[in-house]
Amino acid sequence: MKTIEKAKVISNKFIDGNICDMVIECSRIAREAVPGQFAEVYPDNGVNILARPISICEINRIQGTVRLVFQIVGKGTKLFSQLRSGDTVRVLGPCGKGYELIEDVESTALLVGGGIGIPPLLETCKQLNCNKIAVLGYRSGSFLADEFREAGAKVFITTDDGSLGFKGNVVELIKAENISADIIYSCGPRVMLNALSDWAEEKDIRCLVSMEERMACGIGACVGCAIAIKEGDGFTYKKVCKDGPVFDSREVCR
Amino acid sequence: MNTNVDICGVKLKNPVMTASGTFGSGREFSELTDINKIGAVVVKGVAAVSWQGNPPPRIAEVYGGMLNSVGLQNPGVDHFIEEDIPFLRQYDTKIVVNVCGHTIDQYREVVKRLKGQDIDLLELNISCPNVDEGGMAFGTDPVMVERVVSEVKKEADRPLIVKLSPNVTDITATAKAAVSGGADALSLINTLTGMKIDVHRRAPVLYRKIGGMSGPAVKPIALRMVYEVCKCVDVPVIGMGGISNGEDALEFIMAGATAVAIGTASFVNPNAAVDTVRGIEEYMSRYGIEDISELRGIIE
Repeated sequence: MKTIEKAKVISNKFIDGNICDMVIECSRIAREAVPGQFAEVYPDNGVNILARPISICEINRIQGTVRLVFQIVGKGTKLFSQLRSGDTVRVLGPCGKGYELIEDVESTALLVGGGIGIPPLLETCKQLNCNKIAVLGYRSGSFLADEFREAGAKVFITTDDGSLGFKGNVVELIKAENISADIIYSCGPRVMLNALSDWAEEKDIRCLVSMEERMACGIGACVGCAIAIKEGDGFTYKKVCKDGPVFDSREVCR
Repeated sequence: MNTNVDICGVKLKNPVMTASGTFGSGREFSELTDINKIGAVVVKGVAAVSWQGNPPPRIAEVYGGMLNSVGLQNPGVDHFIEEDIPFLRQYDTKIVVNVCGHTIDQYREVVKRLKGQDIDLLELNISCPNVDEGGMAFGTDPVMVERVVSEVKKEADRPLIVKLSPNVTDITATAKAAVSGGADALSLINTLTGMKIDVHRRAPVLYRKIGGMSGPAVKPIALRMVYEVCKCVDVPVIGMGGISNGEDALEFIMAGATAVAIGTASFVNPNAAVDTVRGIEEYMSRYGIEDISELRGIIE
């Protein structure tokens, strides 16, 4: 069940360049949320009318908080970056369909994140009870990487500039390190997800991808956030906000 | 206090409707708002067969509003009859079906299929800017408007509301044409055509480049058009365009609208329609208004 809450900002800080780490108190959303879902955060400034979909990075049911790690990409996210502890912000959630978590403790889950696609994989990593490998791709830097380690994952880092870890993209690293897995959880830029989906298909590994599209309502009513999903010989437009954001890579038209 | 309004013999408990395409068929909003408190739900456009809609991106935010180019994606009239009518009938609200088509025959086909179905009103969408055939192509030429309306009206067994496009020089010309064609009521405005360019990518934000603008920023234009239309026709007018709260709604009612619709505001606040009803009631009690009709069209 989705709700709108006037969430209290508990903390908000920059963790890397233009990446913000904000914890908000919204107990009903925290109680319902599962890994891979997102929250709709409203700027409420009268000018930027639409909510910004932000993936949920961490869920704390006991404290009734969720953690949102987001990048400043425009006016809305800039505004959120300026919120201080004690401020309130209107949030709708939890939205969308999250990751389906495998139960088999013997199996290996591969978490693959690119840039601002990394945050939703952290809660996923925490809730998975199996062998975990995280391949995290950055332009530079390595935000959240330590927390994946603390959550029990073996972590590989790639950077575009080679300043840290492997120089190259995540799929190149997976191939170079000869990584294999029973299931893949991924989120990141479309080009990364496409390359990863190709690799997963070749290796016959189930791959869950979290997609992104411009959206208005976030609940499936406006039909704005269309994504082409295979159907028969053609395709049909599904809604990222409601049918996704997580899809099986084999369904998504590349 | 009486907030009832009458649209062509259909009695709404209050003058607040949802605007087509902004509320689905109510399902998605049912966990976030109380549909029983809304005068009528105007459903998302229904075509004779399912429509795929336009490629993404379909949404862009603009100053005080948004652009959309969804292109009337919908699963078709059969799906609507099977799934959505029974769903909406669980609630104490009226059902208004927005009818879309690429050709006059397609509009007629939808209206024919809806004959005898458990719905209250029909709304003819001849004003969507996001499709190549039908939609706004029909709604901007008064001669065409009259023809489409009279052809569709022949098949209709419910009162027919005609939704007008604001993308014209003189809205009163298309309004009068719709009424001569047999429109029982008018609704306006649909979205205004608009555009946004991402200067960093040096490309339009929307796949189709041009979309329909809605939201608080269009309200003064919508209000002016509703005012003009109310002065020149005798049928009930449903006013919409940027309405977010009770005071916004009252502006349209004072300009002459019998009812109003909440559109984009439902994306900003899923409870916007219900909040608008409450806002109207608070205003009426504050100023001692017994009946909403006392406020209708009071602006000369």
